Parts: sequence; C-alpha cells; structure tokens
Amino acid sequence: MAEHAVDPSLDTPALLAAEEHEVAIVGRSPWYLAWRRLRRNYVALVAFAVFCLIVLACAFAPVYAHHVAHTGPNDTHVAETVKVGGKEKVVIGGGAVYDPKTNTFDTSKSIIVLGPTWWHAHGRFVLGADNLGRDAAVRMLYGGRNSLIIGIGSAFICSVIAVILALLAGYYGGWVDWVISRFFDLIWAFPVLLLAIALGSALSVNGFHHFGIHIEPGSLWIPVLVISYVLIPYIGRPVRGQVLSLRQKEFVEAAVGQGAGPIRIMFSDLLPNVASTILVFFTLIVATDILTEAGLSYLGAGVRLPDASWGNLIASGQQQIHTAPWLAVAPGIAIVLTVLSLNIFGDGLRDALDPRAKVRIEH
Amino acid sequence: MLAFTIRRIIGMFAVLFAVSVLVFIVFVLVPGGDPAERMAGKNPSQQNIVNIRKKWGFDRPIYVQYVRMMQKAGNGFLPGKHGEYDILRSFDTRTDVAAEIKKGIPATFSLCIGAGVIWLFFGILVGVLSAITAGRWSDRLITGFALVGVSMPVAWLAIVLRYFLAEKPNNPVFPDGGYVGLTTDPVQWANHLIMPWFVLSVIFIGFYGRVLRSNMLDAMNEDYVRTAKAKGLSPRRVLLKHVLRNSMIPIVSLFGLDFAAVLGGGAILTETVFELRGVGWYAAQSVGNLDLPPIMGVTLYGAFFIVVFSAIVDFIYVFLDPRIRPA
Repeated sequence: MAEHAVDPSLDTPALLAAEEHEVAIVGRSPWYLAWRRLRRNYVALVAFAVFCLIVLACAFAPVYAHHVAHTGPNDTHVAETVKVGGKEKVVIGGGAVYDPKTNTFDTSKSIIVLGPTWWHAHGRFVLGADNLGRDAAVRMLYGGRNSLIIGIGSAFICSVIAVILALLAGYYGGWVDWVISRFFDLIWAFPVLLLAIALGSALSVNGFHHFGIHIEPGSLWIPVLVISYVLIPYIGRPVRGQVLSLRQKEFVEAAVGQGAGPIRIMFSDLLPNVASTILVFFTLIVATDILTEAGLSYLGAGVRLPDASWGNLIASGQQQIHTAPWLAVAPGIAIVLTVLSLNIFGDGLRDALDPRAKVRIEH
Repeated sequence: MLAFTIRRIIGMFAVLFAVSVLVFIVFVLVPGGDPAERMAGKNPSQQNIVNIRKKWGFDRPIYVQYVRMMQKAGNGFLPGKHGEYDILRSFDTRTDVAAEIKKGIPATFSLCIGAGVIWLFFGILVGVLSAITAGRWSDRLITGFALVGVSMPVAWLAIVLRYFLAEKPNNPVFPDGGYVGLTTDPVQWANHLIMPWFVLSVIFIGFYGRVLRSNMLDAMNEDYVRTAKAKGLSPRRVLLKHVLRNSMIPIVSLFGLDFAAVLGGGAILTETVFELRGVGWYAAQSVGNLDLPPIMGVTLYGAFFIVVFSAIVDFIYVFLDPRIRPA
C-alpha cells in the first residue's frame, strides 16, 4: 500500500480499516482472477501440457535425429539394412512388379518399406521408412517443426496486423474505419483455402520481389505470410467491434481530457481492454493455421518437398497407403492432437477470461 | 426497402470490382517476370517469346491487360463462338478455363448441396441437443465430438476413410472415388457421394453445433425467454419459437457464406482426395505445375459466389429480423 504513504489525504474507509487491523488488502487484477479460474480447469491445463510437449518434441528434432535415429530428415537409406530385434531387415524391399496384361512395370505399389520398428532397432526407424528410405519419425518431427513454426508464426503476424488495423478502425472511425472494414470484406470475399492456394502458387513462381522485400520461392515465409494474410479478418472484425464500443467509454474520454495522444490511447488504454479477446483468438487461430497449413501443403502450395511438414507428409504418405498406411496416418494424428489440445485450451482460456461463460455452463 | 436493395446491389458490384483487381494483382503483378518466357518452355527462340507476348497481350499497359483479362474470364461463360485469344486459357494445356469450370459444376454442386443439407441438419441437431442438456454428460460427449470434428485435417480424414472403407480389396463398403451423374444413375450417384458428403460435413457440423450451443445458452438467459415461460408456454414452444429462432440468425449468415464458399470451389481438399472432378479439383490440379490461369479462374468464380450469396444473406436477414429492417 504505497499510495497512502505518499498521499495521506486518500484515506478511504478500506485503507483505514486495513491500517487498523494491519491487514493489507491485496489487489486482484482480472488476469489473476482469470488465472485462478483456469487453474481449476484441469482439462484445459492437461491440453496445454500436451501442446507444450508436442512443441518441445518438435523443437528437439535435431537432437533426436543426431543422437537417437542417427540420420537427417532428408537422408535416404535405400540400399541399407537395419538390425531389428536381432534380425537384419532391408529398409526398402520388393521391387517393380511386371504386369503381363499391360506389359508394364508397376513401381508405385510394389515397394515394401520398413514398418515401424518401435524400439527394436535402438531408435532407428521408430515409425518405419518412407518410399525413399528416409526415417519417418525424424521427418515427422522436422515436419512438425515446420508446421508449428508456420502455425505460431502466422498466427502472430496475423494477430499483430489485425489488431493494429482494428485499433485504427475503431479509434478513428469515419473513412479510416470504412477503408479498413472494406479491406476485411475483400479478404472475406474469397474461400479461405482457395485464396491461400492462389497466393501460395502465385508467390512460388518467382518469389516476391517488390517494395524492397525479397522472398525466394520455396521459402518458409511464403506459407507463413499467405496464411496470416487470409485469416486477418477473422481476428480483425471482432476486435474492431470491441474497440468501437470501448471508444465510447468514459475512460477514453478521460484519457483524451488528460491530453493523451491517439497512439497512447490506442496502445495503453484500448489495447489492454481487448487483450483477453486477442489471447483467446490467438490460441484458436494457431489451431486454424496448422489446419490451413496442412491443407495448403497437401495440395502442394505450402511447404515444398523435400522439406517436410505434416501437410505434405500426409500427401506423400497417401501414395504409399496400400503398403504403409502409417506414413499417412501418423502425421494426421499429430495434427489432430495438436489442434485438439489448442482448441480445448482456447475454450478453457475463454471460460476463464469471460466469467459470463462460466455462469452459463453452471446454469 | 428499395433504397436498401439498390445500395446493397451497388455495394455488391463494388466488391466484385475490388475482388477482380485483387485477383489481377495476385496473378499478374505479384509473380512478376515475363509470363511469355515461362510459357515458351525450355530453350525458346527470341521470336517465339515475342510472338507469345504479342498474342497473349503481355506487352500492353497494365490497365489494358486488366480489362482484357476480365473480358477473357467473362467471355468463356457467355454463349457463342470466341476467338482463340478471347478467352482465359491454361498456360500449360491451352484449354479453356471457363469450359473446364463448367465441366466441374455438376460434381461440385452435387457434393455441396448434399453436404450442405447434412451439415445444416446435424449442426442444428448437435447444437440443440448439447444446449438443452448443458452441463450433463450427454452435453460433454456431444461437445467433445464436435471439438474433435473441428480439429481434424480434412484431407487426412478423407484419405483414412477412403483407405478403410473403399480401397480395401476385400469387400469395400463404398465405391472408390469417381462421380456418377444424377441423371445417369441416382443410386450410384448417392453411393459415390456418401463419403465425400460426410467428410465435407464433419468440420461444419462441429463448428455450427458449437456456435449454436453458445448462442442458445445466451438466449436462454434473455428476458423474453423468462417472459415466455411466465406466460405459461410449453417448454417445447419456448425452445423452438423463442430460443432457437433467435439463435439461428448467426447460423443463417454462416451457412450462406460457407455454402457459397464450397459451391465456389472451396471444397478443394474433399474433391481432390476423392477424385471428384469438380471445380476445386480442377484448381488443385494446376497447383503442381504452377499453371496460374485455372487457379485464377476458379478464385474469381469462388469469390463471385461468396459476394452474391452474402448479398442474399443480407436480404434474408432483413426478412428474419424485423429490427434490422430499414425504414
């Protein structure tokens, strides 16, 4: 209680009472209250822990590759054998099958790749090999790294741009609001995945070389920027609505009266009031971004081979689905786990930050 | 009402214009470089490049190129004969983009209309069931499933279903891929589409269910619901006439836009995995070799659907909710 020591004239009854009983009144911020509510939501906490584990596992992909699997994400082991539980097994077996009817060799389905060895090969080929003899588990982790970088990175860029636009639109109103809202409408007017593919493939032709920005085709920046661009209105629109109604509140008027400038009002008065909304949206947008990346890379307009991502691993696994279904199934399970944990945590976060939701559930 | 209608229609054309400019920027200005050089293939002669540049109009000023491009995109959809360079053509195969899109429409519409009915029905069912049993185990179970539904990558779900239900050589449950015309054989038409319908619906069912549930729980706390209950209306009537009807308004606008998006080629993943030769499938085929005109045509086509449908949704809104009806 530093205030009453500085200014003894602010003796409210509460302060006097506190002094009398020598009990300090602890200030509780809305964030603290939200944390207390979140702390009791075990499902959301478990979901967050699962997400953190997945992020950690993918972050340590190089460590796993060097010290456990002893191979890189793009290293092929076509003509090699591995000791699985004491038996030598080939990484890639089988070969082309001659079809006398059509007089052709069927090379697509006949390759038999090494199945999951779990721990019987001392960490090598834990999830088996793909059609080029690469370690599927290593590629899964590296792919997850790319998917998560794209998911989190594009959610971050998207939120920053959307929030700045929403603050400008909500604060200034008038023609600024009109222009920004029409910009949101314009992006909104395209099917999300179609616009993402359009941008992704247009950028992959020659990269991007305008306004002093140079992005080469095949760069990870392309999916990051494309996905953040197409999802701007999903955060921008609701936040703009909130800012618009906060703009009418007395505290903004008070700030104007004190002589605060527009930048200060936007970022130190309005922004903290929409921060909880942004936090919830951020969590859910990371989930959406990971799904969008999967779709984009599946179609070949996102992360380009030989770089892995969960999306293009599903696509290349599809070609092997008859002989090695786990190659397509495993990255999908990784996506479902990641996105589901983010969605559950995001829901919990919203319930904690918006107490009205809590009341609703008990009703 | 007339003023509202006129304003909305003018607004619609303004957005369409902006959409076409954005598409032009994305496909012509962003890639940069010389499309003629790309089209001429490896080791082209200089004369060849100059010819292509002249024939396709890449040497004209930007605004002329824009106008020509939009004329080309539109021409293909109009009846009548068109010259070779009067319509939008694929860089790779030189086929008519509009004709290919038209070819894909039956499959896309069959997929989307069927899936739309399914996801709207089950989305509402999921929302209502979980809202009226809110907090109980049935609600937890349903919302849990809905959450898993919105967390699944569409392509993966489609691949896994196709593998387990259609591609297994011994007794496949459903036929694998392909599309049979409704007029050719209605039973086979539906049989081929069951899996794609399901895959396309799953994410929307989960999403609509979640939105409707929270809307209904909000509405149940409203004063007008208490009034209706106090008047002695039956719980069923309160639920259907008062709670559900008001909670449906956001669902209507969501459905309008989502439905337009999938009709406009937004169901790319479902169409690609199941090899349904629809509009989205056509765009996906061109991604691999970066053949931009087909993607551009489909993007324009998709945006056209969304813009028109969002205008329709606004009119339905005015009809549903008298409060927004303009004076």
